[in-house]
Amino acid sequence: MTDIKIKIENLYKIFGPKPKSVLQRVKDGMSKQDLLEQHGHVLGLKDINIDIPAQGISVIMGLSGSGKSTLIRHINRLIEPTAGKMIVDGDDVLAMSKNKLIDFRRHKASMVFQKFGLHVHRTVAENVAYGLVVQGTPLKKAKEQSHKWLDRVGLAGFEEHYPSQLSGGMQQRVGLARALATDAEILLMDEAFSALDPLIRTDMQDVLLDLQEELHKTIVFITHDLDEALRIGDTIAILRDGAVIQQGDPQDIIMHPNDDYIVDFIQDINRGRVIRLRTLMSEGTAINGLALNQNMVLEEALPLVADTAEKACNVVDDANNILGSIDLNQVITGLARPKVETNPENRYR
Amino acid sequence: MDWLINFLTEFPQMSRQGLRDMKKMIDGSYREFSREYGEAIESFFDPLLWFLVKFEELLQITPWPVVILVVAGLAWWGARSWTIVIGSIVSFLLIGWFGMWEDTMSTLAIVSVSTFICIALGIPLGILMARSDRLQSMVTPVLDIMQTIPAFVYLIPVVMLLGIGKVPGLLSVCIYAIPPIVRLTNLGIRLVEKEALEAADAFGASYKQRLFGVQIPLALPNIFAGVNQTIMMALSMVVIASMIGVAGLGVPVLKSISNQYLALGMMNGLAIVVLAIIFDRVSQSFGLRLQKHRHGAQHD
Repeated sequence: MTDIKIKIENLYKIFGPKPKSVLQRVKDGMSKQDLLEQHGHVLGLKDINIDIPAQGISVIMGLSGSGKSTLIRHINRLIEPTAGKMIVDGDDVLAMSKNKLIDFRRHKASMVFQKFGLHVHRTVAENVAYGLVVQGTPLKKAKEQSHKWLDRVGLAGFEEHYPSQLSGGMQQRVGLARALATDAEILLMDEAFSALDPLIRTDMQDVLLDLQEELHKTIVFITHDLDEALRIGDTIAILRDGAVIQQGDPQDIIMHPNDDYIVDFIQDINRGRVIRLRTLMSEGTAINGLALNQNMVLEEALPLVADTAEKACNVVDDANNILGSIDLNQVITGLARPKVETNPENRYR
Repeated sequence: MDWLINFLTEFPQMSRQGLRDMKKMIDGSYREFSREYGEAIESFFDPLLWFLVKFEELLQITPWPVVILVVAGLAWWGARSWTIVIGSIVSFLLIGWFGMWEDTMSTLAIVSVSTFICIALGIPLGILMARSDRLQSMVTPVLDIMQTIPAFVYLIPVVMLLGIGKVPGLLSVCIYAIPPIVRLTNLGIRLVEKEALEAADAFGASYKQRLFGVQIPLALPNIFAGVNQTIMMALSMVVIASMIGVAGLGVPVLKSISNQYLALGMMNGLAIVVLAIIFDRVSQSFGLRLQKHRHGAQHD
């Protein structure tokens, strides 16, 4: 879990006719607004430094215009950077030759798109086999693989349909199967579930989490939805105006937001469903009583804790080692929205 | 005051002498050019001439039932529709019955060859145009000129250069008919969804894989509209091209214009229309058949 798979270093992206000419000004701290008004360039990304651990789901979240889709497209270089490095397994993607880059895209990183990006002229099976066919895999093997992955995402029997015959949720399953079929270690998901309605979105998140339990891919997941980010993310980086404003453990971000922008973000989340016991427990103090897993969310824990005579429970890890304990009070205060003192002068708007 | 009134009412014109000299100079130098290089250019087109002549000969010497069978076969291969097949057979029988068989074969030959040339040149040019904005901005005005300049105007230099005959006829048909296929190929490729292309890039498609696997298949509706338009324009140019010695259905049409033969003109004109309809239906349904994904139930 601690291996770093993708290391983003000092990445800058400026859109406009002559991005290099204004790079130094951006480095000197010119704001997005000034850059646009005085130089006619749009600041896309500003000094991004993110370490993405191997085999985990790293969520990059931000509102529209924050640069998150631009950022993910730098990982496989669908967008050329203005400056910076994108080190994947020790290689800088942004410095690769054309052929090396094609090879990287074929074998190392695959992608799932917000608008699915399926090829309407190919059948579902052909779409899933696309990455393999591009790699040069023999057709027969590509077909076998494609059927296998369609089966895995629950679309067996739809092989010969065309994408236009499927619903949005099913189309994105095809998109996911296509990305998984190439066996790439890195899976880039650009707002992959944002175009789906809420029930189907939760459904797809489950599909992804189930698959991840077994496949252990390095997943970079872009979203604008904090609930989604907290649900699936092992780590989260929050982007605003092209810069990272906080990154780390999701639990940590909820408990200690370091910016008013993030405070605003976490105002409306369902705390009962995202805060886990390990975040609130008192470490080391074991008591006599029920043991609950550290990753249980408050919503599930509340009735269990309330039911005990002690009004408190032990918190254990997956191997049942006691890590600490939690009492009813801690659970209830955890559910309440913390009062945040914000100075109107300092507000980001 | 007088000079001012004069200046305002009469457009300041080049002197008659000057104008005459200029025209003479252009005519003279072009004539010189054609004298110098005419033969070389003509021999450059020899293979084309040979191809056209052989193809026409083949159509002429083949027994008519065989030609009709082949046409019916092609119609079936292209369209998979009995209506179109039977329609083609009946039309060809009528054309023969009304004594227009040979002219129709000549027209068929020149239209087929010129369509083939237009596709062979036009689609690659359209692909290149879609790739480069600069090329597009250079080629588009040329296409505009080719489409709007009266056909008679470019017949003059072509005839001066190559004389009267099949090759200049073929050339002028091609000049007239090639713009739509170039334009629509370019447009079709440019209109391919960005998402589909981005997906191809993200999976590491090479330029070729991207072009033949995504861009062309998705541009097919437009490309086929272009092919279709090209065929139609080639057919309509046949009449004008007959002025410079292209055999075919245009010759009797021309004759009936100068002699006011209503029936002859109508019959040959309608024969051209029939050919156009057959070409159109077959090429359209062939194009549609290539796009299997457009059939069947659609979601939403």
